[in-house]
Amino acid sequence: MLNIIKIAARNLRRYQRRTILTSALITLGVVAVLLYISVTGSFKDMMVGQITDSMIGHLQIHRRGYLASIDNLPLNRNLNEHQVAKVKKILSNVDAVESFSMRIKLGAMFSNFTETTNIRLNAVIPEQEVKTVPLLPDRIIEGQKKDVLLQKGEILIPELISKGMKVKVGDSIVLVANNKDGSVNGKTFTVSGVLEGISGPGGRDGVIHLDDARELLRIDGVEISEIAIRLKSMDDLPPVFSRLKAEIASIKDKQDKPVFELHTWEKLTPFYNIAKMIDLMTFFIKVMLVSIVLVSIMNVMIMAVYERINEIGTISAIGTLPGKIMALFVTEGFLLGVLGTVVGTIISLISIAAVNAAEITFNFGRQSDLLLAPVIVYGDVITIGLIVIGISVLASLQPAFKAARMDPITALRHV
Amino acid sequence: MSLVTADNLEKTYQIGEITVKAIRGVNFSIEPASFVSFVGPSGSGKSTLLNMIGCLDPPTGGYLQVAGQDIANMNRKQAARFRGEHIGFVFQDFNLIPVLTVFENVEYPLLMVQNWPEQKRKKQVNDLLEAVGMGDQAIKYPSQISGGQKQRTAVARALVTNAKLVLADEPTANLDGETASRIINLMKKMRDELDTTFIFSTHDPRVMRNAEIIFTLEDGRLQKQNNNGGAHA
Repeated sequence: MLNIIKIAARNLRRYQRRTILTSALITLGVVAVLLYISVTGSFKDMMVGQITDSMIGHLQIHRRGYLASIDNLPLNRNLNEHQVAKVKKILSNVDAVESFSMRIKLGAMFSNFTETTNIRLNAVIPEQEVKTVPLLPDRIIEGQKKDVLLQKGEILIPELISKGMKVKVGDSIVLVANNKDGSVNGKTFTVSGVLEGISGPGGRDGVIHLDDARELLRIDGVEISEIAIRLKSMDDLPPVFSRLKAEIASIKDKQDKPVFELHTWEKLTPFYNIAKMIDLMTFFIKVMLVSIVLVSIMNVMIMAVYERINEIGTISAIGTLPGKIMALFVTEGFLLGVLGTVVGTIISLISIAAVNAAEITFNFGRQSDLLLAPVIVYGDVITIGLIVIGISVLASLQPAFKAARMDPITALRHV
Repeated sequence: MSLVTADNLEKTYQIGEITVKAIRGVNFSIEPASFVSFVGPSGSGKSTLLNMIGCLDPPTGGYLQVAGQDIANMNRKQAARFRGEHIGFVFQDFNLIPVLTVFENVEYPLLMVQNWPEQKRKKQVNDLLEAVGMGDQAIKYPSQISGGQKQRTAVARALVTNAKLVLADEPTANLDGETASRIINLMKKMRDELDTTFIFSTHDPRVMRNAEIIFTLEDGRLQKQNNNGGAHA
């Protein structure tokens, strides 16, 4: 095999300019794909991170049917004390769970004493919430970031309400809410911060303390709308989801129906569809790469066979088996693929390092100065490399087969 | 026992609706260690006959035995194996592989066809390069040597596998008179040293003069044989 590689390599060197041009084309394709994957991957990771780490967590548990009517923020579908205890017990036994946060989600009337509007609120235990969605404090664009997210009697209001209602940090406001029985209650809060709005559900919600919500809604005991869960690693999501789903599904009500429902972040945000679109675009970019490699290698190998017909006749006449002739040409295609892949990968890795070193920032929607931090995982590099090399071999097969099947007399007569 | 035996050998080509009878019922036998030449005008069937003896083109009729084997019914793979083991080729245009050095060109059949061990292979190649007077040109590429040197390299390549039979199609056609004579003498010397049979197709009177047996072909028929010993028609 080494001898075949040696001869194939020398043949590539013989047609140096063509080899360089073909390899350059493959290199260009590899660089384009790896850079695209790294940049879109970093966008995707950043967006997913923003959504999971500042808003919804990796997983959420609700009472069955809650999610279907989440737009109404139904208080009659909260988990009771007994159910919450069961979930807590299950979660405390899963090592991959970093933290979880109990929330009451509610709608209220927001009044600055001159105007009134609607507001959606998440009532949380601040310590739990910061552990579960650690980027939430970073969304506070006005107001001092303290060790504790907020105290009892304080409210973090969304940016849109702050601007629309002309409410500043330190102002007093009143929240008026109906409890699940329909009775109305109000409570005064001090605005402790303004939250930056982000896209997706919950991205324009205010935040109050869980105890304040219980007081406002006159809840006795424990009632929880949702439990947001953060995992130690996002990679643990599929196995943890399967395990929790199985454990939670085993808890049934009197009608023998599951009490809880469990969802991953993907089910909870429309951004998942954008992430899928990025994946789809990446797939089509890979298809383009495959086409480039296929056409360029096939073209060059067809030329190689055509130009060396007499040589093929000679080696065939002196007894080279058809399989070895085929291997010779396939190896040439393989080496072209390897050359293009190696050079392309090196250029891509250097480019990615250069972009990271340059610390390029960009704006996305309402968010500004986001750092462009492309990363490429070894898995993607290996996958792209294997695809390119595999396609190179595939593209060489037809010309190589033609060479192997060539009649030696016809080949020897070829001028 | 004869090295090559042809009995009522025929070769017919079909070109569209036209049937061309290239070889018409030829009979001959060639003994080992012979120096044989097939001569005749263009289109007489010399190259066709050589191609059939070399297992490059199967006969369409009659019987052809080479090195004790009936070669009429071999498939492509069997024919390639047989050529690799028993037959060496010398071509009019030398047909050296341009990306390989002189040494590597001669080594090629041992490496890619017969898979000899390295030590034995290198010794055999060096011995043959010395024998054909190319020992000092071993590291040069075909583009760096003369036509005569290319043909010497081709002769070494044909003999390197200890082939019983070397087929040479117009081996001196592209060489000047002096170089052609040297090549013929070299092949004769190799025949004497190695007992290899050389069969040529040629127009070249110098080759004909040196041949021990001359078969003259015309219109695919064997017309005449000048027999100086070693072959029978």
